[in-house]
Amino acid sequence: MPVRIGVVVFPGSNCDRDTIHALDLAGAEPVALWHERASLEGVAAVVLPGGFAYGDYLRAGVIARFSPIMRAVAAFANGGGLVLGICNGFQVLAEAGLVPGALLRNTSLRFAGQEVAIAAERADTAFTHALGVRRPLRMPVAHGEGCYYADEAALDQLERNRQVLFRYVDASGDNAGPGNPANPNGSLRAIAGVINAAGNVAGLMPHPERAAEAILGSDDGMGIVRSLVESAARVSGSAAPAGVGAR
Amino acid sequence: MTSFRFAVNVTPKPGILDPQGRAVEGSLGHLGIVGVSAVRVGRRVELTVDGVDEPVARGVVDQLARELLSNPLIEAYTIEPIGATSSTTSTDAAGEG
Repeated sequence: MPVRIGVVVFPGSNCDRDTIHALDLAGAEPVALWHERASLEGVAAVVLPGGFAYGDYLRAGVIARFSPIMRAVAAFANGGGLVLGICNGFQVLAEAGLVPGALLRNTSLRFAGQEVAIAAERADTAFTHALGVRRPLRMPVAHGEGCYYADEAALDQLERNRQVLFRYVDASGDNAGPGNPANPNGSLRAIAGVINAAGNVAGLMPHPERAAEAILGSDDGMGIVRSLVESAARVSGSAAPAGVGAR
Repeated sequence: MTSFRFAVNVTPKPGILDPQGRAVEGSLGHLGIVGVSAVRVGRRVELTVDGVDEPVARGVVDQLARELLSNPLIEAYTIEPIGATSSTTSTDAAGEG
Protein backbone atom coordinates (compact mmCIF):
# COMPACT_ATOMS: atom_id res chain seq x y z
CA MET A 1 0.00 0.00 0.00
CA PRO A 2 1.53 3.32 -0.99
CA VAL A 3 1.64 5.90 1.76
CA ARG A 4 -1.12 8.53 1.60
CA ILE A 5 0.08 12.13 1.61
CA GLY A 6 -2.35 15.05 1.68
CA VAL A 7 -1.95 18.13 -0.50
CA VAL A 8 -4.05 21.01 0.79
CA VAL A 9 -5.87 22.96 -1.90
CA PHE A 10 -6.70 26.57 -1.04
CA PRO A 11 -8.59 28.86 -3.39
CA GLY A 12 -5.67 30.25 -5.37
CA SER A 13 -3.30 27.30 -4.92
CA ASN A 14 -1.68 26.67 -8.29
CA CYS A 15 1.07 24.13 -7.61
CA ASP A 16 -1.21 21.49 -6.10
CA ARG A 17 -1.33 19.41 -9.30
CA ASP A 18 2.44 19.59 -9.76
CA THR A 19 2.93 18.54 -6.15
CA ILE A 20 0.49 15.65 -6.53
CA HIS A 21 2.35 14.56 -9.68
CA ALA A 22 5.74 14.66 -7.92
CA LEU A 23 4.41 12.70 -4.92
CA ASP A 24 2.96 10.16 -7.32
CA LEU A 25 6.35 9.81 -9.05
CA ALA A 26 7.93 9.22 -5.65
CA GLY A 27 5.59 6.32 -5.01
CA ALA A 28 3.07 7.94 -2.68
CA GLU A 29 -0.69 8.05 -3.00
CA PRO A 30 -1.42 11.79 -3.04
CA VAL A 31 -4.74 12.98 -1.64
CA ALA A 32 -6.07 16.46 -2.49
CA LEU A 33 -7.56 18.07 0.63
CA TRP A 34 -9.94 20.97 0.02
CA HIS A 35 -9.32 23.76 2.53
CA GLU A 36 -12.87 23.71 3.87
CA ARG A 37 -12.47 20.22 5.25
CA ALA A 38 -11.93 19.94 8.97
CA SER A 39 -10.14 16.58 8.79
CA LEU A 40 -6.92 15.35 7.19
CA GLU A 41 -8.57 12.01 6.36
CA GLY A 42 -5.84 9.98 8.03
CA VAL A 43 -2.96 10.96 5.73
CA ALA A 44 0.58 10.25 6.92
CA ALA A 45 1.98 13.67 5.93
CA VAL A 46 0.72 16.99 4.58
CA VAL A 47 2.07 19.33 1.92
CA LEU A 48 0.93 22.94 1.66
CA PRO A 49 1.61 23.73 -1.99
CA GLY A 50 2.56 26.93 -3.78
CA GLY A 51 0.18 29.44 -5.27
CA PHE A 52 -1.59 32.60 -4.22
CA ALA A 53 -4.07 31.45 -1.60
CA TYR A 54 -6.86 34.01 -1.29
CA GLY A 55 -5.02 36.22 -3.75
CA ASP A 56 -2.32 36.86 -1.15
CA TYR A 57 -4.56 39.67 0.14
CA LEU A 58 -3.48 41.43 3.35
CA ARG A 59 -0.28 39.38 3.67
CA ALA A 60 0.72 36.27 1.76
CA GLY A 61 -0.57 33.22 3.62
CA VAL A 62 -2.45 34.95 6.41
CA ILE A 63 -6.02 34.38 5.27
CA ALA A 64 -5.29 30.76 4.33
CA ARG A 65 -3.98 30.32 7.84
CA PHE A 66 -7.54 30.71 9.12
CA SER A 67 -9.03 28.12 6.75
CA PRO A 68 -10.88 25.31 8.52
CA ILE A 69 -8.29 22.72 7.50
CA MET A 70 -5.47 24.69 9.09
CA ARG A 71 -6.80 23.88 12.55
CA ALA A 72 -6.34 20.20 11.69
CA VAL A 73 -2.93 20.87 10.13
CA ALA A 74 -1.77 22.72 13.27
CA ALA A 75 -2.99 19.90 15.53
CA PHE A 76 -1.31 17.34 13.27
CA ALA A 77 1.96 19.33 13.29
CA ASN A 78 1.87 19.88 17.04
CA GLY A 79 1.39 16.15 17.47
CA GLY A 80 4.54 15.41 15.48
CA GLY A 81 2.97 14.94 12.03
CA LEU A 82 5.14 15.70 8.99
CA VAL A 83 4.22 18.95 7.22
CA LEU A 84 6.07 20.53 4.30
CA GLY A 85 5.21 24.02 3.01
CA ILE A 86 6.42 25.05 -0.41
CA CYS A 87 6.50 28.74 -1.41
CA ASN A 88 3.01 30.02 -0.55
CA GLY A 89 2.71 26.98 1.73
CA PHE A 90 5.83 28.17 3.55
CA GLN A 91 4.23 31.60 3.93
CA VAL A 92 1.11 29.97 5.41
CA LEU A 93 3.22 27.95 7.90
CA ALA A 94 5.11 31.08 8.94
CA GLU A 95 1.90 33.07 9.42
CA ALA A 96 0.50 30.19 11.47
CA GLY A 97 3.63 30.19 13.64
CA LEU A 98 4.37 26.55 12.77
CA VAL A 99 7.81 27.51 11.49
CA PRO A 100 9.82 30.50 12.74
CA GLY A 101 10.24 33.80 10.92
CA ALA A 102 8.36 35.87 8.36
CA LEU A 103 8.54 36.33 4.60
CA LEU A 104 8.78 39.93 3.49
CA ARG A 105 8.39 41.48 0.08
CA ASN A 106 11.43 40.78 -2.10
CA THR A 107 13.98 43.55 -1.58
CA SER A 108 14.12 44.01 -5.37
CA LEU A 109 10.36 44.75 -5.28
CA ARG A 110 10.19 42.44 -8.29
CA PHE A 111 8.54 39.07 -8.63
CA ALA A 112 11.36 36.53 -8.68
CA GLY A 113 10.75 33.85 -11.32
CA GLN A 114 14.06 32.12 -12.01
CA GLU A 115 16.13 29.06 -11.31
CA VAL A 116 18.17 29.22 -8.12
CA ALA A 117 20.72 26.97 -6.45
CA ILE A 118 20.24 25.96 -2.84
CA ALA A 119 22.22 23.85 -0.40
CA ALA A 120 20.66 21.53 2.14
CA GLU A 121 22.28 22.30 5.48
CA ARG A 122 21.27 18.98 6.98
CA ALA A 123 20.93 15.44 5.67
CA ASP A 124 19.44 14.04 8.86
CA THR A 125 15.89 15.38 8.59
CA ALA A 126 12.61 13.92 7.39
CA PHE A 127 12.78 16.27 4.40
CA THR A 128 16.39 15.81 3.29
CA HIS A 129 17.66 12.35 4.23
CA ALA A 130 17.17 10.92 0.75
CA LEU A 131 19.11 13.68 -1.01
CA GLY A 132 22.04 12.05 -2.79
CA VAL A 133 23.87 15.34 -3.09
CA ARG A 134 23.23 18.22 -0.74
CA ARG A 135 24.52 21.04 -2.95
CA PRO A 136 23.91 22.62 -5.25
CA LEU A 137 20.26 21.74 -5.81
CA ARG A 138 18.83 23.58 -8.80
CA MET A 139 15.14 24.44 -8.79
CA PRO A 140 12.89 27.39 -9.61
CA VAL A 141 11.57 30.12 -7.38
CA ALA A 142 8.40 32.06 -8.25
CA HIS A 143 7.40 34.58 -5.62
CA GLY A 144 7.07 38.23 -4.74
CA GLU A 145 7.33 37.83 -0.98
CA GLY A 146 10.15 35.47 -0.14
CA CYS A 147 12.60 37.59 1.80
CA TYR A 148 13.21 35.56 4.94
CA TYR A 149 13.25 37.68 8.06
CA ALA A 150 13.72 37.09 11.77
CA ASP A 151 15.48 39.38 14.20
CA GLU A 152 19.17 38.85 14.93
CA ALA A 153 18.58 37.00 18.19
CA ALA A 154 16.08 34.69 16.51
CA LEU A 155 18.46 34.08 13.60
CA ASP A 156 21.28 33.21 16.01
CA GLN A 157 18.98 30.81 17.79
CA LEU A 158 18.00 29.18 14.48
CA GLU A 159 21.67 28.61 13.69
CA ARG A 160 22.37 27.18 17.15
CA ASN A 161 19.41 24.81 16.86
CA ARG A 162 20.37 23.86 13.27
CA GLN A 163 16.97 25.00 12.04
CA VAL A 164 18.23 26.55 8.82
CA LEU A 165 17.40 23.78 6.38
CA PHE A 166 18.24 25.34 2.99
CA ARG A 167 20.35 28.32 1.89
CA TYR A 168 20.73 30.04 -1.45
CA VAL A 169 24.21 29.48 -2.87
CA ASP A 170 26.04 31.17 -5.72
CA ALA A 171 27.96 29.66 -8.63
CA SER A 172 31.04 29.14 -6.46
CA GLY A 173 28.96 27.31 -3.87
CA ASP A 174 29.16 30.04 -1.25
CA ASN A 175 26.12 31.12 0.75
CA ALA A 176 24.36 33.95 -1.11
CA GLY A 177 23.43 36.55 1.47
CA PRO A 178 21.31 39.66 0.80
CA GLY A 179 22.82 41.61 -2.07
CA ASN A 180 24.35 38.56 -3.75
CA PRO A 181 22.65 38.19 -7.17
CA ALA A 182 22.20 34.47 -6.46
CA ASN A 183 19.87 35.40 -3.60
CA PRO A 184 16.55 36.06 -5.36
CA ASN A 185 14.76 38.00 -2.65
CA GLY A 186 17.15 39.46 -0.07
CA SER A 187 16.66 36.71 2.50
CA LEU A 188 18.78 37.23 5.61
CA ARG A 189 21.70 34.82 6.00
CA ALA A 190 20.78 33.33 2.60
CA ILE A 191 17.92 31.39 4.20
CA ALA A 192 15.73 29.59 1.65
CA GLY A 193 14.06 27.17 4.05
CA VAL A 194 13.74 26.39 7.75
CA ILE A 195 12.59 23.56 9.97
CA ASN A 196 10.83 23.75 13.32
CA ALA A 197 12.66 22.82 16.50
CA ALA A 198 10.96 19.42 16.71
CA GLY A 199 12.05 18.58 13.17
CA ASN A 200 8.64 17.63 11.75
CA VAL A 201 7.57 20.87 10.02
CA ALA A 202 9.59 22.52 7.26
CA GLY A 203 9.09 25.24 4.69
CA LEU A 204 11.05 26.51 1.72
CA MET A 205 10.51 29.14 -0.96
CA PRO A 206 11.98 27.22 -3.95
CA HIS A 207 9.83 24.63 -5.72
CA PRO A 208 11.16 21.05 -5.49
CA GLU A 209 8.04 19.77 -7.25
CA ARG A 210 8.90 21.85 -10.31
CA ALA A 211 12.31 20.18 -10.46
CA ALA A 212 11.20 16.60 -10.05
CA GLU A 213 11.95 15.18 -13.50
CA ALA A 214 14.86 15.60 -15.91
CA ILE A 215 12.43 16.79 -18.59
CA LEU A 216 11.76 19.86 -16.41
CA GLY A 217 15.43 20.83 -16.58
CA SER A 218 16.31 19.51 -13.15
CA ASP A 219 15.31 16.64 -10.94
CA ASP A 220 17.21 17.95 -7.94
CA GLY A 221 13.94 18.57 -6.11
CA MET A 222 13.01 14.90 -6.22
CA GLY A 223 15.32 14.12 -3.31
CA ILE A 224 13.23 16.36 -1.09
CA VAL A 225 9.96 14.82 -2.28
CA ARG A 226 11.36 11.32 -1.88
CA SER A 227 12.64 12.12 1.62
CA LEU A 228 9.16 13.18 2.66
CA VAL A 229 7.51 10.12 1.12
CA GLU A 230 9.95 7.69 2.76
CA SER A 231 9.62 9.44 6.13
CA ALA A 232 5.84 9.37 5.90
CA ALA A 233 5.89 5.70 4.96
CA ARG A 234 7.96 4.96 8.03
CA VAL A 235 5.69 6.79 10.48
CA SER A 236 2.56 5.30 8.95
CA GLY A 237 3.92 1.77 9.05
CA SER A 238 3.60 1.36 5.29
CA ALA A 239 6.29 -0.68 3.59
CA ALA A 240 9.28 1.62 3.96
CA PRO A 241 12.74 1.25 2.53
CA ALA A 242 15.07 0.22 5.34
CA GLY A 243 17.97 2.17 6.69
CA VAL A 244 17.23 5.75 5.75
CA GLY A 245 17.65 8.75 7.99
CA ALA A 246 16.88 9.34 11.61
CA ARG A 247 13.21 10.16 11.42
CA MET B 1 -26.04 48.08 20.58
CA THR B 2 -23.98 50.85 19.06
CA SER B 3 -21.66 50.88 16.08
CA PHE B 4 -18.16 52.26 16.40
CA ARG B 5 -15.87 53.02 13.52
CA PHE B 6 -12.12 52.54 13.82
CA ALA B 7 -9.02 52.70 11.69
CA VAL B 8 -6.17 50.26 12.26
CA ASN B 9 -2.83 51.61 11.05
CA VAL B 10 -0.29 48.86 10.41
CA THR B 11 3.32 49.85 9.83
CA PRO B 12 6.61 47.97 9.51
CA LYS B 13 8.38 47.86 12.87
CA PRO B 14 11.43 50.08 13.28
CA GLY B 15 14.47 48.36 11.83
CA ILE B 16 12.46 46.08 9.54
CA LEU B 17 13.54 46.47 5.96
CA ASP B 18 10.77 48.22 4.01
CA PRO B 19 11.48 47.90 0.28
CA GLN B 20 8.27 49.78 -0.60
CA GLY B 21 9.26 52.73 1.53
CA ARG B 22 12.70 52.71 0.00
CA ALA B 23 11.23 52.69 -3.52
CA VAL B 24 8.98 55.64 -2.69
CA GLU B 25 11.91 57.49 -1.21
CA GLY B 26 13.99 56.73 -4.28
CA SER B 27 11.37 58.30 -6.54
CA LEU B 28 11.34 61.62 -4.72
CA GLY B 29 14.34 62.87 -6.65
CA HIS B 30 12.37 62.46 -9.87
CA LEU B 31 9.79 64.87 -8.47
CA GLY B 32 12.46 67.39 -7.60
CA ILE B 33 11.65 67.04 -3.91
CA VAL B 34 14.50 67.14 -1.41
CA GLY B 35 14.69 66.82 2.34
CA VAL B 36 12.31 63.88 2.72
CA SER B 37 13.62 60.77 4.41
CA ALA B 38 12.66 57.70 6.44
CA VAL B 39 9.64 56.84 4.30
CA ARG B 40 7.77 53.81 5.63
CA VAL B 41 4.82 52.28 3.80
CA GLY B 42 2.11 50.57 5.84
CA ARG B 43 -1.55 49.76 5.52
CA ARG B 44 -4.71 51.28 6.93
CA VAL B 45 -7.83 49.23 7.54
CA GLU B 46 -11.10 50.96 8.42
CA LEU B 47 -13.93 49.00 9.97
CA THR B 48 -17.19 49.28 11.87
CA VAL B 49 -17.76 47.21 15.00
CA ASP B 50 -20.94 46.67 16.99
CA GLY B 51 -20.53 46.76 20.75
CA VAL B 52 -22.18 47.78 23.98
CA ASP B 53 -19.60 50.52 24.48
CA GLU B 54 -16.37 51.79 22.97
CA PRO B 55 -13.93 49.79 25.14
CA VAL B 56 -15.68 46.54 24.21
CA ALA B 57 -15.66 47.42 20.52
CA ARG B 58 -12.03 48.45 20.73
CA GLY B 59 -11.19 45.12 22.34
CA VAL B 60 -12.56 43.32 19.30
CA VAL B 61 -10.52 45.55 17.00
CA ASP B 62 -7.41 44.91 19.08
CA GLN B 63 -7.78 41.15 18.76
CA LEU B 64 -8.41 41.46 15.03
CA ALA B 65 -5.37 43.72 14.62
CA ARG B 66 -3.12 41.41 16.60
CA GLU B 67 -4.18 38.10 15.06
CA LEU B 68 -5.04 38.99 11.49
CA LEU B 69 -4.31 42.53 10.32
CA SER B 70 -0.71 42.63 11.54
CA ASN B 71 2.10 40.12 11.90
CA PRO B 72 3.62 40.97 15.31
CA LEU B 73 7.04 39.71 14.16
CA ILE B 74 7.38 42.46 11.61
CA GLU B 75 4.58 44.97 12.07
CA ALA B 76 3.23 47.35 14.70
CA TYR B 77 -0.28 48.75 14.76
CA THR B 78 -2.26 51.57 16.30
CA ILE B 79 -6.02 51.82 16.66
CA GLU B 80 -7.76 55.11 16.10
CA PRO B 81 -11.47 55.88 16.48
CA ILE B 82 -12.74 57.67 13.38
CA GLY B 83 -15.96 59.35 12.34
CA ALA B 84 -19.20 59.38 14.23
CA THR B 85 -20.52 56.40 16.11
CA SER B 86 -24.11 55.50 15.50
CA SER B 87 -26.74 53.45 17.25
CA THR B 88 -28.34 50.75 15.12
CA THR B 89 -31.70 52.52 15.21
CA SER B 90 -30.45 55.60 13.39
CA THR B 91 -30.86 55.96 9.63
CA ASP B 92 -27.23 56.19 8.75
CA ALA B 93 -26.19 59.09 6.54
CA ALA B 94 -29.81 59.97 5.63
CA GLY B 95 -30.07 63.41 4.14
CA GLU B 96 -26.35 63.82 3.66
CA GLY B 97 -24.91 65.08 0.46
